[in-house]
Order: sequence, then structure tokens, then C-alpha cells
Amino acid sequence: MSTPVWLMPFLPLLGTLLNALFGRWIGRHAHWIGVPVIGASFLCSCILFLSVWSGETFRGDLFPWIQAGAFTTAVTALVDPLSAVMLLVVTGVGFLIHLYSVGYMHGDPGYARFFTYLNLFVFSMVMLVLAGNFLVLYVFWEAVGLCSYLLIGFWYERKAAADAGKKAFIVNRVGDFGFGLGVMYLWVALGTLDYDEVFAKVPTLAPETATVIALLLFMGACGKSAQLPLHTWLPDAMEGPTPVSALIHAATMVTAGIYLVARSHLLFERSGVALDVVAWVGGLTALFAATIALAQTDIKRVLAYSTISQLGYMFAGVGLGAYAAGLFHLVTHAFFKALLFLGAGSVIHALRGEQDLRKMGGVAPRMITTTVTFFVGAAGLAGLPPLAGFFSKDEILASAYHAGRPGLWAVLLLGALLTAVYISRAFILAFRGAPRMSQEVARHVHESPRVMTVPLGLLALLTTVAGVAVGIPSAQGTAFARFLSPVFPLAEEAGHGGLSALTLLILSVIAAVAGVLLAWLIYDSRPVNAEAIGRPRNRLHALVLHKYYVDEVYGFLFVRPLVWLAGFCARVLDLGFVDGIVNGVGRLVVGWARSMRLVQTGYVMNYALATLLGAVVIVAFFLSR
Amino acid sequence: MSGWPILSAVTFLPVLGAVVLALLPRGQAALVRWFAFLVAVATFAVSLLLYAGFDAASAGYQFRERLPWMPSFGISYHLGIDGISLLLVLLTTFLSPLALLSSWRAVEDRVKEFSISMLLLETGMLGVFVSLDLFLFYIFWEAMLIPMYLIIGVWGGPARIYAAIKFILYTLTGSVLMLVAILALYFQHGAATGTYTFDLPTLAGYLVPPGAEVWLFLAFAVAFAIKVPMFPFHTWLPDAHVEAPTAGSVILAGVLLKMGTYGFLRFCLPLFPQASLAFVPWIFLLALVGIVYGAWVSMVQPDLKKLVAYSSVSHLGFVVLGLFTLTPQGIVGGIIQMVNHGLSTGALFLMVGILYERRHTRLIADFGGLWKAIPAFSVLFMIVSLSSLGLPGLNGFVGEFLILVGAFAWAAGPSAAPAAYLVPVLATSGIIFTAVYMLWMYQRVCFGEITSEANRGLADLTRREWAVLLPVLLFIVWIGVYPRPFTGMTEASVQALITQVQAKVAATPGGR
Repeated sequence: MSTPVWLMPFLPLLGTLLNALFGRWIGRHAHWIGVPVIGASFLCSCILFLSVWSGETFRGDLFPWIQAGAFTTAVTALVDPLSAVMLLVVTGVGFLIHLYSVGYMHGDPGYARFFTYLNLFVFSMVMLVLAGNFLVLYVFWEAVGLCSYLLIGFWYERKAAADAGKKAFIVNRVGDFGFGLGVMYLWVALGTLDYDEVFAKVPTLAPETATVIALLLFMGACGKSAQLPLHTWLPDAMEGPTPVSALIHAATMVTAGIYLVARSHLLFERSGVALDVVAWVGGLTALFAATIALAQTDIKRVLAYSTISQLGYMFAGVGLGAYAAGLFHLVTHAFFKALLFLGAGSVIHALRGEQDLRKMGGVAPRMITTTVTFFVGAAGLAGLPPLAGFFSKDEILASAYHAGRPGLWAVLLLGALLTAVYISRAFILAFRGAPRMSQEVARHVHESPRVMTVPLGLLALLTTVAGVAVGIPSAQGTAFARFLSPVFPLAEEAGHGGLSALTLLILSVIAAVAGVLLAWLIYDSRPVNAEAIGRPRNRLHALVLHKYYVDEVYGFLFVRPLVWLAGFCARVLDLGFVDGIVNGVGRLVVGWARSMRLVQTGYVMNYALATLLGAVVIVAFFLSR
Repeated sequence: MSGWPILSAVTFLPVLGAVVLALLPRGQAALVRWFAFLVAVATFAVSLLLYAGFDAASAGYQFRERLPWMPSFGISYHLGIDGISLLLVLLTTFLSPLALLSSWRAVEDRVKEFSISMLLLETGMLGVFVSLDLFLFYIFWEAMLIPMYLIIGVWGGPARIYAAIKFILYTLTGSVLMLVAILALYFQHGAATGTYTFDLPTLAGYLVPPGAEVWLFLAFAVAFAIKVPMFPFHTWLPDAHVEAPTAGSVILAGVLLKMGTYGFLRFCLPLFPQASLAFVPWIFLLALVGIVYGAWVSMVQPDLKKLVAYSSVSHLGFVVLGLFTLTPQGIVGGIIQMVNHGLSTGALFLMVGILYERRHTRLIADFGGLWKAIPAFSVLFMIVSLSSLGLPGLNGFVGEFLILVGAFAWAAGPSAAPAAYLVPVLATSGIIFTAVYMLWMYQRVCFGEITSEANRGLADLTRREWAVLLPVLLFIVWIGVYPRPFTGMTEASVQALITQVQAKVAATPGGR
């Protein structure tokens, strides 16, 4: 089992190195290296998945890493059902997106650089999932952040792109500040960072200590998975090329936070409080981001806020202790959200880079495949049965209700309604109605090449079947949950009072359908007035349109004071005060020396007098002893 | 160990080269450059024997050489290295040839004198790291000032005289205090034991009476704090860096600053352990201020060299923090971070120098969009910047993380109050600010459109510049990915130092 485990990250790394070193000469053929290595990596993860399915697990050390005194860590890989599922998603969806990029990035001057970064990302993400201890996890946690930084700022000539990359990195560093402290605290408290040893020792931790550590780790998760209050970088990250948005900022990297909480669930359970925090942060983010998505005019930003919202659902799931449900939503979301992004990219590609929903519309007849597949993705996100999103989201809602959290359940249900509204709105504005782009652009609308539509088709297929295949609940949980049961033991079916499972199911279907109908009424039943979209109609609308002014508030609270403080330190404190004292002392010495110069009169008599006086003083001193 | 005096050979090979250089005729710039470079390379090669012959399991001094020098005063020529100094010796011999090679085009004037100064400087620095006799140590410590003063004062920028004098006055102030303390220690020890000696291992076994200990510690500490430099003794550094030629900056940041942190570790902790521990809260305060303040001030510097100079204040704050946690993690991390800072900051100065040679400006505002003009430079510049901001997988992370773990372990230790947790928390906040100023700087230099026409036709890295940068890059990645060969060398000595300090503290009457 060890060969496929190590080949899985090694091959993308090889691709990175080859394209980085020889990209200048490989140029537009870069995909012949970049795509096959991910394909092979995917095959490895399939092999691994099968052996994990048959009950095997893997644990291996590559080499000892940082060591000092009692602190020892190694580069360790761990494969269990949880990582097997994650790896399948990362390499599988990753492969489809690599394939799609061949068409989407065709002709870009940075073609080889693109595949270098993208391969580096897959390497880092695979290692993040494979990691067998918290330090290696932290390392690749930051490494995927680096790839995100590089890929958001891929078109570095554009200031907006470079700014967005920097913002992503720094906001993530704020999260990692907590994550890093959590890792250190963990070591100080338990003397190890190895998963197996840590989780074996968790019961010895005081619950308060567990709470602090868990919340520090969760701070990192909030940064990476763009949850409140660290969500602000993800919408800006849409400056990156669309395949990047699909792979990193929808399907894989941003789910690392959910993976972290799921992986350390024993620690979070030991705390209890921390799990509640996770659930509520997730629930509130889910609703908060959904409201913003309602009003956005940029198709990618709608999808970005949608991702934040959906990640909130996943956190709500794991925070409720419904780990399998949360992770199942992670998987289905990876399918339908990657599909939506790639579909949006296909439209953007056809419209020569246009991302504004107000300048789209009516492309459906010219782009049949894109339209159909995007529709499937939208329906999956909205939670229409029998698509995958229906099963996974419903499970989270049901567990909220059964966990005795009707408040959280209501929040999530309302979010589900809004989800259906905003994604239907996006679909209608982009594909239906009359074309609103310029004639020049409209004439060139065409379906994307095969290399882009095939991934769309495959993702649509996955979105359609994944739920029915492994997500149908039974007395023993879903097939998916049974696969994960070695990591997350199946919960005993609690005798639930209140509404029955079927009622809950019907309620969430009603919410989804209502949302779709609402969007249809507003945007499709009569011709839309593009001018009116994106203009604030009232205070509430303006609030949502401006994303609750969070960026502005942060600018006022953190960015501006920091810049002011830095300037104050540099100019006033450092040059004025500290260096002022130094130069003052210097001048004092020079001044003193100048006044001393007056004594140097050149008259021998004066010197003789001084010598005599000195001698008298010395003699007097010795005599007086 | 092997029969011949390797340490003396390493230390004095550069001087020998300098003597030969002095005999060479004038006007042979190319010959002089090659010769000086090859001498430095040879020194590095010989110093590798130290690494090869070093016994990592042994904590004591190795490769020891001891000859009576002025026996009547208890002064001997006593050399030796342990795990603490080994890496610093190697760092010195590694950076020196690169610094020489980097100045092949930058220094056109008085090449011979410049090369001689650089070689003398190398011997001075090596002497500081290998001396086990306080008198000998002091001589090297002072001797090294002269070539550095000349390098800044003769081959520096427009305000070089101000910067050079500021540098030398600052350092001399510290050194005088240290000299007084060395003499006081010498007499104190002599009076107490009857043996008058400057021998470090002997003195380290002596318990200084608590009253005197505080003053001696302070005198040493101020000398080292100026050298590091710790806040608020740091203002000589930006001036010295901005005015120094590239090679001078590389050596200054890469090696000279480490003499301060090395001094804390080699002298303050073992000689005055009780006082060192008593001053830990104050030292941590200054270190934390240095970390955060250095980062803030870096943020708004318009000049690339000043930015890197202030970032050194921040990075060295981490090192001092680690050393005084007195935990294996903190000290090993501190030592590795000294090396890392030498590599990353050395490389940053080298790259700023490359820009300066082409554009004769170091103002961030004069650049922008360099990625488009000189992609190879930009890629390397990014790797070096990321190493400096402590990205895992590159060298900076290893040291920083160990230091922070050490600080956390210290805060959780029995002697610390609950408020002690503020130390690791505040120090860790430094990683956010470091990212801010580093990435912002990088964005303004390399991203965006080319704003100045002068940058459009820039030449990318030459073969010589590749030769200067690639070795540094190799170690930046190596230490980041596989630090064992480096940390492993230090561990035994660090453990021994901690044990020694704790034993002395326990033996002090009224000690903790």
C-alpha cells in the first residue's frame, strides 16, 4: 500500500518541478505534463480507496522532521476512511479541472506557470490530507494557502488580482495565528502532535484546556474555510482564473477547515463548548452569506458567497456531531460547486471574459451542454431531489432538528430557501431571457471545446447519482456513513420526538421549490430590467449589496489604525524619539568637547597651573584615606 | 581529533590571503577579485572538515587548541567549538565568498583594499566564534570593527561617514562596558580562587556573587543588545545597512548581528545564570517590542534596504526570545534562526543589491511589474521573501516555530505566571505583520504593470548572480525540508548548557 500512498503526492510534485524548470521551453505543451500526473495521482487514490474499503489502513513515516529536546515530529502519512474519501475528491475533481484548464487557459502567456502552480496545489492538498500529525498538517495548510495566493494573483499585472492574493494570504495568516498557537498548546499539553497519540490522550485533557485548543484550531479553520468573521478574502479570490476558483476556492482547499474539525473531532467533543461554537458559526455564516449572494451582480461572486454559505452548512453538520453528514455535503458540494464554477467559466469564456450577470442572458440556445450541466449543478445546490445536494443538505438539517436545536434548524432551513432563490436567479439571468451583451460579443457566443464540456458532463453525472448511490438514509445510516464508521462511529438512532423524518424532508423540499418559484416570479416571468439590478432599492438592499460593509468596517478598525501606527512608529518614535536621543547624546558629547577645547588655550602657564591643581587633589585624596 | 589545528587554519586562512593580496601589484582588479574569492572558498572548504569531524553526540568543546600566550596574566590562545558555534562558523565561511562574488561589479574602486578588508573581517568574525579565552575573544570582537568601519566608510553610499561613525560609536560604547566587565570578572575570580585567568570554561565554573553578578551581566548584555540589535539600541542598523555596499550589508546582517545573540548564549547565560534568569521578563519585553515594532516600522519604509534592516530587528527579536526561554526548543530554534536569518536576509540584501546595480535606486516606488521584465529574478526574490516570512517548507519556519514552541513551553513552566502566555501569543502575532510587510513589498516591486520605462529593459540574472544566489537557495530549501543535519549538531551542546545553567542557579545561595 505504501507505493500508491507516496506516488500520489510525488507525481504532482514532479509535474511542478518539470514545468517550473523547463516551462520556458515547454510553453503551450505544459498540459502534457500537468494533466497526466494528476490523472495518475487519481488512479493511486482509487487503488487506495479500494484497499481502505476492504478494511486496510496505512501509516508510514517518510523521514524525521523538526526535532529539539522532547519535541519530535516526522513527516508521517496516514490513510484511513476519512482521508481516503478526501483524497478521492481532491485528485478526482482536481483531474477534471486540470483537463478543463487545457481549454480555458489555452493561449495564456503564463500557461506553463499555471500548470506549475496547479500541480503544486494538488501536491500540497494531498499532503495536507495525508498528514499524520498536526505539524505536517499545519505545513501543508500554509502551503495550500501559498498556492491560493499565487493563483489568485495569477494575472499579476492586474492590481485587483495582486491585492486579492495578498488579502487572502494575510487573512489566512490571522487564522493561522490561532491555528499555530493551538498546535503549540497541544504539544505543551500532551507532549506529542501525532494524531494517534493525541487522540489517545485527549481524555486526559481538562475540558477547559480542550476548549481553548479546539477554538484556536477552529480559528485556523475559519480562515481557510472563509467563515465569519474571516470570510472576506474568498469573494475577492474570484480575481483568479475560473478553474482555480472551482478547484481551490470551492471544491478542495476551502474544505480543509471542515476536514480539520472532523479529524480532531475527539478534541472538540472533549470540549463540548467548541462544538457548539462550530455549529453556530457555521449556521450563521450559512444564512449570512446566502443573503449576500441574493444581490450580487458578478456571477463568480454569487458562487463565492454561495460557497461560504455551503461551507457553513458543513460546519453546522460537523458541529452537531453529524460528521458523516457534514463530510457527505463536502463531497457533493465539491461536485456541484465545481460544476457551477466550470459552467460559469464556460459562459465567461464564450462572452470574452464578461462576468457581469447584467450583461449576460439568452445564451442557452447556443450553449446547450453548458446550460444543461449548469442547470443540474444549480438544482443540486438548491437541494432538489433526487440530486446529491438534496440528500446531503437534508441530512444536516435533520441532524440539527434531532439534536434538539430547532433554532439552528430554522436558520439552516431559511438559508436553504435563499440558496434556491439566488442560484435560480443566477441561472435565469445568465442563460434565459433576452441577450443583454453587446452585439459584437453576442455574435461570437459558442459552446466551449470538448476538453471543457467533458468535465462538465462528468461532474453533472456525479451530481446526479452521488446522492442516490451512497446517500440514502437507512436504519444503519447512509452507505457513506457506514464507510466512515471506523473514524466516526455510527450514532444510535435517538428516539426523536417532534416532527418525523419524513415531515422534515417534505419541509426542506418545500423550501427549495419555493425558492425556485420565487426567483422565477421575480426574474423570469417577465423581462428583467438589467439597469435595476445592482442598484440599491432600499436600506436593507443596500446593506446586502455592500456585503454588510464588513470590508469597510475592517478597514476602519484594523487596516487604517495599523498603517497609522506603523507610520507613527517609523517617523515619530524611531526617527524622532529613539534616534533623536542617540543623536542628542552625540551632539552633547561634541558640544562638551567643544567647550573643553576652550581649556586648551595653548598657554604653558595655564597647563602648569592645571597640573599643579591636579597633583594637589590626588595627594589630598591619598592623604585623606 | 585530527592532529593539525583545523580551527586555526580556518580562522587565519583569510588573513594569510589578505597578506598575499597586499603584496600583489596594483591595477590587477580581476586577479585580486579571483584570488580573494578563492581564498574565501578555500576557507569554506576547510571549515567543512569541521562539520565532517564534529561529534554531534558530544556536548563539550571540540577541535580544541590551547597554547599559553601571556601566562603571567592568565591569557592563553584557546580555541574550540561546540554545537552552538559550529553552525555560526560555517555560516560565516559560507557567506563570505558569496559576499565577495556579489561585489565583482559593485565595487570598482580600490578593489584590492576592499578585498583585504573583507578577508580581515572574515578572520575577525571567525575568531569571535571560536575563542574560548575572554581576552582573545575581546581582541577579535574589536578587531573586526575596523574592517567593517572601512567597508561602510570607504565603499558606502552618500551618508557613509555618518553611518560608519554611528556604527562604531554604538558598538564601542557596548564594548567598553564589556571590557570593564571582563576585567572585573577576571579580578573577582582571581581574588576568590587565587587563579587569575581569562579562560572561558574555567570562568564558567565559577559562581559570581549575586551582587556583582547583576552588574557584570548588565555590562555584557548591553554590549550584546547593541550588536543584535535589540530595541531601543537598533537605530545604527538602518543607517549602516543603507550606506554599506551590498557585500557589507550581507556580512553585517548575515554574521555580525549574530555575534550579539551568540554572546548572550555563550557568555551571559553560563557566566551569569542567576542574573540572566532575573532579567528574563525585561529581555522578553524588549524582544517582543522588537518583533512587533520592527515589523511595523518595516511596513512603511520606502527604501528596500531599510525595510530589510528593520525586518532584522524583528527577526532577531525572535532569536533572543528563543535563547532566553532556556528550553531546548527555544535555544535550538534560536540557533537555527540565526543561520536562517543569515541566509534569508543575506539573500534579500544580495537581491536588493542586484536591483541597485541595474537601477541605482532602492526606492520601492521606482519599481513595479518586475515579474514581466525579469522573471527569473522575481521568482527567486519571491522564494527568498517567503523564506523570510516563515513559510513552512522553507528554512525560516523551522526556527520560528521552535522558538515559539519554546516560548509556549516556558509560559507553561512552573516558574511563570498565567500572564506569561502573553509572550508566545504576542510573539506569534508577529507572523501576521511579517506577512503584511513582506507581501506588500513584493507586490509593489514585482507585481502590477511596469510603471517606469527604465525597468522595461532590465537584464535578468547573470551567470555570476546565479552562482551567488543558488547556494543560498539550496540551503533555504534544505533547512526547511530536512533540518536534522543542522539541528542535530546543536542539541547536545544546548542540553548541556541548560543543565549547566540550572545547576549553577541551584547552587547559588538563595537561588531558585
